[in-house]
Amino acid sequence: MKPESNLEKVLVGGHFAVTGELGPPMSAELETLKHHADAMRNHVDSYNITDNQTAIVRTSSIGVAAALMQMGLEPNVQMTVRDRNRICLQSDLLGAVSFGVRNFLCLQGDHAKFGNEPQSKNVNDLDSMQLIQALKNMRDEGVFISGEKLEHPLPRIFIGAVANPFADPFEYRHLRLAKKIAAGAQFIQTQCIFDMDRFEKWMEKVRELGLHEKVYIMGGVTPIKSIGAARYMQKNVAGMIVPDELIDRIRGAKDRKKEGLNIAIETIQRLKEIEGVAGVHVMAIAWEEVVPEIVERAGLYPRPQVD
Amino acid sequence: MIVGERKPLAEIAEMLEPFRKICVLGCGTCVTVCLSGGEKEAAETAAALSLLRQKEGKDVEIFTHTLLRQCEYEYIDDFSKNMPECDAILSLACGVGVQTMTARLPDKIILPGLNTQFMGYPLEQGVWSENCLGCGDCVLDLTLGICPITRCSKSMLNGPCGGSQNGKCEVDDSIDCAWHLIYERLSKMGMVDRMDAIQPPKDWSTSHHGGPRTMIREDVRLETGE
Repeated sequence: MKPESNLEKVLVGGHFAVTGELGPPMSAELETLKHHADAMRNHVDSYNITDNQTAIVRTSSIGVAAALMQMGLEPNVQMTVRDRNRICLQSDLLGAVSFGVRNFLCLQGDHAKFGNEPQSKNVNDLDSMQLIQALKNMRDEGVFISGEKLEHPLPRIFIGAVANPFADPFEYRHLRLAKKIAAGAQFIQTQCIFDMDRFEKWMEKVRELGLHEKVYIMGGVTPIKSIGAARYMQKNVAGMIVPDELIDRIRGAKDRKKEGLNIAIETIQRLKEIEGVAGVHVMAIAWEEVVPEIVERAGLYPRPQVD
Repeated sequence: MIVGERKPLAEIAEMLEPFRKICVLGCGTCVTVCLSGGEKEAAETAAALSLLRQKEGKDVEIFTHTLLRQCEYEYIDDFSKNMPECDAILSLACGVGVQTMTARLPDKIILPGLNTQFMGYPLEQGVWSENCLGCGDCVLDLTLGICPITRCSKSMLNGPCGGSQNGKCEVDDSIDCAWHLIYERLSKMGMVDRMDAIQPPKDWSTSHHGGPRTMIREDVRLETGE
């Protein structure tokens, strides 16, 4: 089967891929989101759409994916196992595939405690590993988790997963990646990289196992908009490392926003040099308008036209 | 053991408001050991309730008693034979005790004095920790004695999520990351490759998700059985 997803084609074609990220709003009004999507339409290969990120109720990832498809843009639908059981996850996958979604990113999801419905039940019927495997089996074996057959084969979907080199135990993180690949992950997007030394150490271990040859690894990059945002990520976002030196560098700059962008661009430049890194995932949440500038200044524009 | 915590006095007072003759009934096993619903706590609760009613100028008659276990008919029967008259029983047992009492004494009003918390153990004096969800399909062999279903906030079966840092869970710094503990334990025992195999989706039907459970042992059942 040939790749159907643009992102997969870009990666298979050996190009350094760029994905963007859109966070759906806490309403059904998608005009701002569409505006952001449109503004980076020539700068990213695909758009991640977050799934009720940090457990806050928002328009569903699949709902936004439909809007994006109508604009001729390619979504990468994030699916967490926090809010849906296996019945719903498999059903939602079919629904999304039915209107043309081909990229899916499997995640565990932040605990509901962090969101705006902290009293809700955390589902976690499957874990993220099992979701990856379930999607692979639906596509490759034509079977649901139950073992029952799909009535019609799935088209070629592109299965993604996440990796967090900044979480602990560090010595296990590359092994967890290996497990996700064994489960069926074809591309990986990492947590935001601010601690490049640690990322490089992780990549060394990844290369030792030859994992970079089995999966496309995209480094997560987030431009820091302000000292406040950096401090917030440092203290409140689970599984992130934001070194103090980075914050000091921004604090010492004349134009702090510009410095935030410079750091993001430098990060991408370094990622391009690391063996085994196949692309970047730019997460400029609440600062979407800077994505074109980052992509251009990082030398990743124009995006490859593949078919 | 089953760990419980006594409900706030105001809540208890409110649920007992319509009743004048009240029995505060302690339970002598789990909740005695976890210092929430034994003889001592029954006496304290009764005294506090009496004082409250006195302050409000309302009449009340309270007596206390403690059964070895409110979750077994034989102890309930011993008690009910000689039980003084009362309008309501405030049970300081866990939810199992309250319901067993209700099933055995259907004409009585049994009210819960505790919030049943979990199955767990005393970690240190004054601290109890949850370590079993009763899922009906034990996986402690895989992890050498640390339950990921109970002790991982996301009940993951295939290793730690991305929120684990410095050995702690993203949910709260006071919670150890179960998978970090499992990783360290398996490493120490030279069995860390146990984490390599992909654990398939769990069969939750053996847990409460399959509906309320009954366990039947035909070999020990009495023919006339209860």
